[in-house]
Amino acid sequence: MALLDLPLKRKLAKQDQPEDALTGTPVSRFSRHLILCLVGLVMLYPLMWLISSSMKPSNDIFRQLGLWPENWDFSNYAQGWTALDQPFHVYLINSMIVVIFSIVGNIFSCALAAYAFARMEFTGRKLFFALMLGTLMLPGHVLLVPQYIIFSQLGWLDTYLPLIVPNFMATNAFFIFLMVQFMKSLPKELDDAAQIDGCGPFRTFIRVILPLCVPAMATTAIFTFISTWNEFFGPLLYIQNQDLYTVPLALRAFMDSEGQSMWGPMFAMSVVSIAPIIGFFIAGQKYLINGIATTGLK
Amino acid sequence: MTVLTKQPPGAPAPAAAGGTPRIRPSRRRKQRSGYLFLLPWFLGMLFTVIPFFASLYLAFTDYNLFTEPNFVGLANFQAMFEDPRLIQSLKVTFIYTFVSVPISLAVALLVALVLNRGLQGLSIYRSVYYLPSLLGGSVAIVMLWRYIFGNDGIVNGFLGIFGIQGPAWVTDPQFSLSTLIVLNVWTFGSPMVIFLAGLRQVPGMYYEAASIDGASRWRQFRSITLPLISPIIFFNLIMQLIGSFQTFTQGYVMSGGTGGPADSTLFYNLYLYQKGFTEFEMGYASAMAWLLLMIIAIFTAINFIASKFWVFYDN
Repeated sequence: MALLDLPLKRKLAKQDQPEDALTGTPVSRFSRHLILCLVGLVMLYPLMWLISSSMKPSNDIFRQLGLWPENWDFSNYAQGWTALDQPFHVYLINSMIVVIFSIVGNIFSCALAAYAFARMEFTGRKLFFALMLGTLMLPGHVLLVPQYIIFSQLGWLDTYLPLIVPNFMATNAFFIFLMVQFMKSLPKELDDAAQIDGCGPFRTFIRVILPLCVPAMATTAIFTFISTWNEFFGPLLYIQNQDLYTVPLALRAFMDSEGQSMWGPMFAMSVVSIAPIIGFFIAGQKYLINGIATTGLK
Repeated sequence: MTVLTKQPPGAPAPAAAGGTPRIRPSRRRKQRSGYLFLLPWFLGMLFTVIPFFASLYLAFTDYNLFTEPNFVGLANFQAMFEDPRLIQSLKVTFIYTFVSVPISLAVALLVALVLNRGLQGLSIYRSVYYLPSLLGGSVAIVMLWRYIFGNDGIVNGFLGIFGIQGPAWVTDPQFSLSTLIVLNVWTFGSPMVIFLAGLRQVPGMYYEAASIDGASRWRQFRSITLPLISPIIFFNLIMQLIGSFQTFTQGYVMSGGTGGPADSTLFYNLYLYQKGFTEFEMGYASAMAWLLLMIIAIFTAINFIASKFWVFYDN
């Protein structure tokens, strides 16, 4: 699989090397900064506009292009919080439940599988590994109808199980792949030393390898958080009961009850819904950037 | 892979060549624990492989979830080629993919190039440009896009400053898809980060040698940078193509689930969802899924074949 090997060979090794010596004249450097800042501003403008609009009275939102509210109004938040069937924190908690179980499942099952692929020798390892990489490119919608049938036969519709359980079965090949790459970079002597000290494979995994894999697990956790928090299709398919709505479904419900007076509250809840992502992004930047550079994960 | 030597059960492991005794559990035990570690993954594979073939079977049936599937041969596929909404959804998905993927890759590469060499604050710029790609698929942002491009949203407000009367971006079928293309380009940050990681691996001495030989910046880009990062361009291209063929949330939220106006944002997967889960034509939906799989496979294969002519592997 030349395609997937590639970005990996240029793997974590020299990620954040010291910046190259400055090049160009001061003028050319200044103009480059100017262009980059302008592009950055254009890119962030929609987000800043969203945040500022959430603090404006609904009537002002489209009257002012500027970012600084002329009339501050925080009532959007109070209104938005209670506008749907349930107060908004119910949806936040629902999303949190799905997210936490998904993170635990992904880390647990993908680390186990990754250890087997990276460190153990058994018949069929290469074949299974190739199969695993193949599932990376398999569009999920091919499996959709039969999986839906299975879940409905199990009576799992309107529960979080269809959203959570697959994560415990290492179905996310990206994370296995990420961890395999990481484990391969750990010195093999560690395993040998543990074995000489009498550790079986399981203890070697728990006591030696896992503690060293914290960066890879952090990357997995953050990516799982962001993708699960944003996930719209799965909940749309499996959750009908409004009390069980996750945040994206709740936001869509806002859109259905559209009316000019609702814009402010809707924007306020949009801000609430993306705030955790921005928070995690700021806290976990290093892991995210390394992770995406290693696997090409979105 | 090691070739297994047949051994009677319980026989001691053969001493390693050279005679030095090595402590290791018997192969058999190692084998077993390997499979044990893979147990969750095996379950997951079952949960992938069985639905994979089940959906292939369902593609040749008429199935509505409540009665037994009824084998109909190629009827679903025949119906697809006469279904104007299916043709429309393919058109929407193709236009979206073939316009937004090249643009976002070009922007990503351009910005990565500007960022790469000798500029302070790289990590700040990188973070700012990357952030939107984490948010681009969220309902909140697609909803925001509706209002930004709304009749009196900020885009038209901005155009108004220059005295231009902007169109009704969201409700005019001519323009609605372009708002989503802009949204996709807005998320160029993730390929950009991959480009940056690749660019930083290009040895600086190549450029030094080239500039001593008097090569211009453009020439250096053409003859050094481009060949050396071509595998990364290829990787990004494949991943972006596969991703954008499967777009769903953007179309759903932008149109409130209908794919409107006039089916102009009816993405393939949105239509698949409508067929399978609002009209319960599960057989037809499975056939659609397989058509998409074949389309993606064909494009990926074409890319792999074409890559022989433009992707340069250093080793």
